[in-house]
Amino acid sequence: MFFQQILNGVTVGGVYALIALGYTMVYGILELINFAHGEIYMIGAYLGIIFIGIFTVIGLTQYSIPLAILLSFILSALFCSAYGFTIEKLAYKPLRKAPRLSPLISAIGVSIFLQNYVMLTQGATDKVFPHILETTKIEFFNLTITTLQVFIIITSLLLTGLLHLYVMKTKTGKAMRAVAQDKVMASLLGINIDRIISVTFIIGSGLAAVAGMMVAMYYGLVNYSIGYIAGIKAFAAAVLGGIGSIPGAMLGGFILGIVESLAASYLSSEYKDAYAFVILIIILLIKPRGLLGKSQ
Amino acid sequence: MLLLKDIYTFYGHIEAIKGIDIYVNKGEIVCLIGSNGAGKSTALMTISGVLKSKTGSITFEGEEIHRMLPHRIVAKGISQVPEGRRIFPKLTVRENLEMGAYTKSSKLRVKSEKLKRQYDKVYEMFPVLKEREKQMGGTLSGGEQQMLAIGRALMSKPKLLLLDEPSLGLAPIFVGKIFKTIKELNAKGLTILLVEQNARAALKLAHRGYVMESGRIVKEGEGKKLLHAPDIKRAYLGE
Ligand SMILES: Nc1ncnc2c1ncn2[C@@H]1O[C@H](COP(=O)(O)OP(=O)(O)OP(=O)(O)O)[C@@H](O)[C@H]1O
Ligand SMILES: [Mg+2]
Repeated sequence: MFFQQILNGVTVGGVYALIALGYTMVYGILELINFAHGEIYMIGAYLGIIFIGIFTVIGLTQYSIPLAILLSFILSALFCSAYGFTIEKLAYKPLRKAPRLSPLISAIGVSIFLQNYVMLTQGATDKVFPHILETTKIEFFNLTITTLQVFIIITSLLLTGLLHLYVMKTKTGKAMRAVAQDKVMASLLGINIDRIISVTFIIGSGLAAVAGMMVAMYYGLVNYSIGYIAGIKAFAAAVLGGIGSIPGAMLGGFILGIVESLAASYLSSEYKDAYAFVILIIILLIKPRGLLGKSQ
Repeated sequence: MLLLKDIYTFYGHIEAIKGIDIYVNKGEIVCLIGSNGAGKSTALMTISGVLKSKTGSITFEGEEIHRMLPHRIVAKGISQVPEGRRIFPKLTVRENLEMGAYTKSSKLRVKSEKLKRQYDKVYEMFPVLKEREKQMGGTLSGGEQQMLAIGRALMSKPKLLLLDEPSLGLAPIFVGKIFKTIKELNAKGLTILLVEQNARAALKLAHRGYVMESGRIVKEGEGKKLLHAPDIKRAYLGE
C-alpha cells in the first residue's frame, strides 16, 4: 500500500515537475510568476484530445496508435509553444519596464481569458480522452504499475534531463543563464534578450503541453478549469525545489506528488489539494529559498 | 570612426546628458574624465544602445546606430566593459568568455577553430584566466574580474572598445597592468574610448580627452595639453 502510493505519487509528481519547469525558467529570467502557465497545460490537454480525434477520423489510429499519439504530443507541444510565444509578446513584453506588479496582473488576466476562451469554444463540461491505448498492468512484489505510468515517469525524467543538458551545455542555454543573471550585461555582449526570453516561453509551454496531454491520458477526462489547480501546485513545486532551479523543479514536483498521494490515502483525500501547500509552508520555514535554491 | 552629435539622455525626467558632441578617430585612445555623476557612464551606455538619446545621432563607421538594439551594436564592432565589471557570478570563467564570443560563435556550438585563436589570445594576455577557467566568475578577486571583463569584451573582436573605469578599486600594481594592457591593445590597432577617475594616468595614455561636468563637455583637447591646463590640474589632478 505504502509503496503503491509512492508509485502513484511519482507519476503525478512527474507531471507537476514538467509544469514547474516552465514556471521556474520564466521566473529565473523575468522574475515573473506566469499565472497563465497552468492554462497552457490545460490547452495542451485539449489539443491532445483534438489531435487524437483528427487522427481517428483520417484513419491514422488504425494504422498505428503509437504514431498517432506521438504526433499528437508533438503537435500539441508546437501549438502550445506558439501560444506561449504569443502571450509573452502581447501581454508581458510591453510591460517589461513597468513596475513588477503590472505583468503579474497581466498574467492573471491572460489566465482568466484563456479559461473562458476554452470554455466557450470547447464547452463547460468534461471532455473525454478517447480510450485508444490499452494499458497493461505490470505486477511485481504486490505492486501494480501501468505501462502508461511508466511512460509518464520516464518521459518527465527524460525531458527534465534534456532541458538540464540544454541549459548547461548549449550556446542558447548558457545565454539563458547569463540573461537570468544580468540582462544589461548580456545585451552588451551581443545577446538578443528578446530572443532568449521567447525561447524560454517556447520551451516551457511545450513541456506544459506534454504534461497536459499525459494527464488527459492518465485520468481520461479534461475540463477547462484543470489548469488552475495544477498550475498553482506546480508553482508550489517550483518554489519548494528553489525557484529558478531546473533540478529543483523536478525534485519539488516529485516530492509534492508523493506527499499528496500518501496523505490522501493515510490522512484524508478530502484535503488532497491542500497538502501541497502544507508541505510548501513547512519547507519554506526551514529553507526559505527552497530545497535547491541559491543562498545569497 | 565614432561620432556623437547633440546627445541628450534622460533617466525618466532626470536629464543626465545635456547635449554632447564627441568623436573618436580610428586608432585613437580617447579619454573621458569628470567628477562623480558627470554623466560618463551614461554616455557609454548611450553609445552601446542600452540608453537612448532624445535627439541627435550616433554614427559608427558612417552608419547610424542610435536606433539599434544593444546586441546589434555589438555585432557592428563596439564592445563595452561597463562600470563594476558585471561578471556573471554563476557562470564559469570559460562560460563568461563564451558569452563574450556570442556574436562570433556558430548557432549551436560555442567552440570553433576560428574562435580558438581568440581564446588563446585572451589567455595569453591574462594567463590567470586560463588557470581559473572552470571556477565560477563570482569567486574571482576584483583584479581578476577586471581582466576577465576585458578579456570577455575582446572575444567579439571589437573595432572600438569602451572602457568604464577599469582601474576602479584595484591595487596600484593591477592599475599599472591594466593601463599597460590598454596601451598594448591600442598598439595592435584597437580604438579605445576610456572613462577614468584616474585622470592623470588616463590623460598620459590618451591621444585626446574630453572633460565632462554635470552632463556637458566643458573642455576637450590633446591629452598632454589637458594634463598641463591649469584649471584641469586644479580640479582633477589635485595640484
Ligand atoms: N538609473 C538611474 N536613474 C536615475 N538617475 C541616474 C541613473 N543612473 C545615473 N543617474 C544619474 O545620472 C547622472 C550621471 O550618472 P553617471 O553614472 O553617468 O555618472 P558618471 O559620470 O559615470 O559618475 P561616476 O564617476 O560616479 O561613475 C547622475 O546625476 C546620476 O545620479
Ligand atoms: Mg560612472
